[in-house]
Amino acid sequence: MSDTFQLDGAAVPFEPGQTVMQAALAAGHYIPHLCYHPEFKPHGSCKLCTIKVNGRTTASCTMPAEAGLSVESDIEELNALRRTLVQMLFAEGNHFCPSCEKSGNCVLQALGYDLEVHATGFRHLYPDRPIDASHPDILLDFNRCVLCELCVRASSEVDGKNVFALAGRGITKHLIVNSESGLLKDTDIALTDKAMEVCPVGVILKKRVGFSQPIGERRYDQRPISAQALDDAPRQTGTGGSCAACEDPS
Amino acid sequence: MSKKLRVATTSLAGCFGCHMSFLDIDERLLTLLDLVEFDRSPINDIKHCGPCDIGIIEGGVCNAENVHVLHEFRKNCKILIAIGACAINGGLPAQRNHLDLGSCLTEVYLTEPGLAHGHIPNDPELPLPLDKVHPLHEVVKIDYFIPGCPPSGDAIWKFLTDLIAGKTPELGHGLIKYD
Repeated sequence: MSDTFQLDGAAVPFEPGQTVMQAALAAGHYIPHLCYHPEFKPHGSCKLCTIKVNGRTTASCTMPAEAGLSVESDIEELNALRRTLVQMLFAEGNHFCPSCEKSGNCVLQALGYDLEVHATGFRHLYPDRPIDASHPDILLDFNRCVLCELCVRASSEVDGKNVFALAGRGITKHLIVNSESGLLKDTDIALTDKAMEVCPVGVILKKRVGFSQPIGERRYDQRPISAQALDDAPRQTGTGGSCAACEDPS
Repeated sequence: MSKKLRVATTSLAGCFGCHMSFLDIDERLLTLLDLVEFDRSPINDIKHCGPCDIGIIEGGVCNAENVHVLHEFRKNCKILIAIGACAINGGLPAQRNHLDLGSCLTEVYLTEPGLAHGHIPNDPELPLPLDKVHPLHEVVKIDYFIPGCPPSGDAIWKFLTDLIAGKTPELGHGLIKYD
């Protein structure tokens, strides 16, 4: 019998070495998250998964599960902070959902829906971020980057290619392509790479397949991300590991 | 019967798609008309807004006239609602915001092929464009937002009926959308 901790009043079992996020998802409890991905080492940067553990805030994707922890997640105080984080991400980039082919399959958008974010309320920055259409099969639209580093992690940890990196600090931090020219066409990225599957927003796009799914049949049209994310997570009881988030929506 | 609520609507830098979606509430418009009466709106062509309970504005702020109309609505409406992507984040018109306005006008009216001997429109009746397109909340206080491009008729109906019933409007899954 495994140990348990308390999450919003429910007992959550965990295996040694699991984080609060892993144990919660495996037990069927959703904690909102953006930069966390079940197949990668936690990054802890987006802070959407912030929880209160014994009264102190921390990221649930990096917090080791321990017996007897008292964890709060689905409370208005934290959901208000999560809403603000989503609003700031929308205001910081150029997120024009109606013209984005990731719309309906976008994690940032789905988080906004689930948290009932009706508007940003902030002054939008409208940054100038030219796209990279140099590659014959892949389009990079940096306007939508949320700096989650999932493509960076996938390219280095799984593909062994290091195609992507983050450069700069603070508000000037941005996604770059590791090639002499800085262009994607001069890298060895391939359509079959893991880095092609993991972008939660509409930055890394396969060309010539946009808008192929009708509205109503896209990933988050029928079920909110809070329900969808639980299906994707490795479950405590099965062999786990299938990740619908990585399936090509086209 | 209690006094009807007075509602004004307008489109600034929008495409009237949100107004078309408003008409998509279909026969519920008749139910709505039992509860509200319209002040300035494209529906009746009244040109200026008087004192109202609710103002509904589609589109962002892209020129000087938009600023005046928005201020007229804010001054007259107890509750101001931004409806649609453009009113909320500038939408499609705001996709010029990272460009210089002068170079946009030059390219469209002077250097684009097929526009030889063209000139940048300067008729005094044309409102001057702003250097950036702004969401409404950057110019005046906005009380509520109905996202969507456009929001569905069902979303608009749910939002307005919640509001008229005195409840905090909620959309929920399926009705809240940004596209």
